[in-house]
Amino acid sequence: MSTPTDLVGPGVRQRAGSSTRTRLTLRTIALVYLGLLVVGPVALMTYSAFADGLRPVIETLTDRAFLHALKLTLIILAIAVPLNTIFGIACAIVVVRQDFRGKRVIDSMLALPLGVSPVVVGLALILVYGARNGWVGPWFMEHGYRIIFSTPAMVLATIFVTLPFVAREVIPVLREIGTDQEQAASILGASPWQTFWMITLPAIRTGVAFGVVLTAARALGEYGAVAVVSGKLAGRTETLTLHVEERWLAFDPVAAYTTSLVLAAMAIAILVIMRRLTPKEH
Amino acid sequence: MGITVSRVSKRFADFVALDDVSVDVPDGSLTALLGPSGSGKSTLLRIIAGLETPDRGSVVISGRDVTGLAPQQRDVGFVFQHYAAFKHMTVRDNVGFGLRIRKMPKTEIRKRVDDLLALVQLDGFADRYPDQLSGGQRQRMALARALAVEPRVLLLDEPFGALDARVREELRDWLRRLHQQVHVTTVLVTHDQEEAMEVASRIVVMNHAQVVQIGTPAEIYDQPASDFVMGFVGRVNRLPGAYIRPHEVRICEPGEPGCAEAEVERFLAFGPEIRVELRLRENGQRLWAQLSATEQGMPDLTEGMVVGVDLSRARRVDEPAAAGGAR
Repeated sequence: MSTPTDLVGPGVRQRAGSSTRTRLTLRTIALVYLGLLVVGPVALMTYSAFADGLRPVIETLTDRAFLHALKLTLIILAIAVPLNTIFGIACAIVVVRQDFRGKRVIDSMLALPLGVSPVVVGLALILVYGARNGWVGPWFMEHGYRIIFSTPAMVLATIFVTLPFVAREVIPVLREIGTDQEQAASILGASPWQTFWMITLPAIRTGVAFGVVLTAARALGEYGAVAVVSGKLAGRTETLTLHVEERWLAFDPVAAYTTSLVLAAMAIAILVIMRRLTPKEH
Repeated sequence: MGITVSRVSKRFADFVALDDVSVDVPDGSLTALLGPSGSGKSTLLRIIAGLETPDRGSVVISGRDVTGLAPQQRDVGFVFQHYAAFKHMTVRDNVGFGLRIRKMPKTEIRKRVDDLLALVQLDGFADRYPDQLSGGQRQRMALARALAVEPRVLLLDEPFGALDARVREELRDWLRRLHQQVHVTTVLVTHDQEEAMEVASRIVVMNHAQVVQIGTPAEIYDQPASDFVMGFVGRVNRLPGAYIRPHEVRICEPGEPGCAEAEVERFLAFGPEIRVELRLRENGQRLWAQLSATEQGMPDLTEGMVVGVDLSRARRVDEPAAAGGAR
């Protein structure tokens, strides 16, 4: 009679014999893939930005339109990221810790921004907030607030497309840590608020940090939705990402490359900061 | 004083977890809630702690009706099966958590935590993180954390269930000694009858959402209120329509009046215990007898030998225990 060990034996041996080759092949594929798609283009872009020396780069970095785009991008980040972080954590807690009818609806709504094309998001926002024909837009206009073709719409569009990232990252972590720690804290006298700050938040911080990185990266790079609602007015409603396109279309490749590098540097900076803020598990 | 649970019922959707349960836990006692999984024992403990709300009934702790109170206001300590250690805090911060919440001065917290760590034999581990501790150490930390706030009652939910057999045994002894030192009213939930017998001074046996017997370990063992209790607590031979404990089976001469004939199938002797596995000749029924090695007048038993067995101490199914002649 053959035992289970007999049945798997040869296969296991075979795998062990070719494991070095398999490992090397996998590693090569990964490196070539990354090289062709990430390292190569970024290196080439860096090279092209500095091809004519430092002066054009400095000119780009001190250009009024560039500085305005940088400022606008930072403003959008500063509003969208904290809001979506708070909303994302709250949403995750509701979805994981509470039980009620309609919970599934929230769950699927959280996936919606991932599935809808950003251009559609932009059009939908115009439909609602458009100054002339929008649903609530005219009311805002009467009270002196322009939403579409202005900063508020760009912030709204960014919030919409980056809505799910924190919640999606936090939900599985929250499920995994379970409720024991929170219950232990409340029995020890902690209020729900204290339990959240002292127990829940530290336990989910890695998920939150990763969600924040994704949110910020998407907010930096969002093109479609923001482009539709911004009107793309250089020096007024242009984010860095829109600025890249505008400079490129204006036959100013060095400015386009330089701005791209700034975007990449910001993304890396956010990644590094979040790494720093979340110490390794013990 | 102690804990009084009166007529508590609780259902989860279609599942009845507790059905009109009343239990008294005397002040300062160590009481075990014993029952198979799904019997409602954990739900009862969680209702006492305030982690679940009963559909009906009331909970009184130390003379105070806590039925409507949140867990924070109940003054209880709770130890979870899987430790519920605060993973991002050191052992010191874990144990001091409740004291920090109560805004005790730092120097006092430090002193109290040191005392508690000594009590649970974790001195020297204060600056470690929970995942640098073994399971047994983590559970002792959880106990220190629960005791730190000087709760009126200590509630333990299968506290040793996730530990391996040897550590479990050590912790049982240790818990019993700790209880003698601290004297806090303690309720321990367990499905392990041996654990309940060894640790608790009182046992509440539960089955199917109800309390089936309350008594001292000896009462539960010697006078089980039903055949469920008899089968659940202690080892038992099941005969057609009757039960008998292995130590109540008496070996006699074949043909002796009142004795049935049986064949010795296996004979195991080690330590103070002799285990004889038998098969009744009349119906092929298998059972085993537990004999003491020092027992007098034991015939020399060998496998295949025919002996007499006296089953007169067997209890019929559903017959109250006292009639079985125990004691």
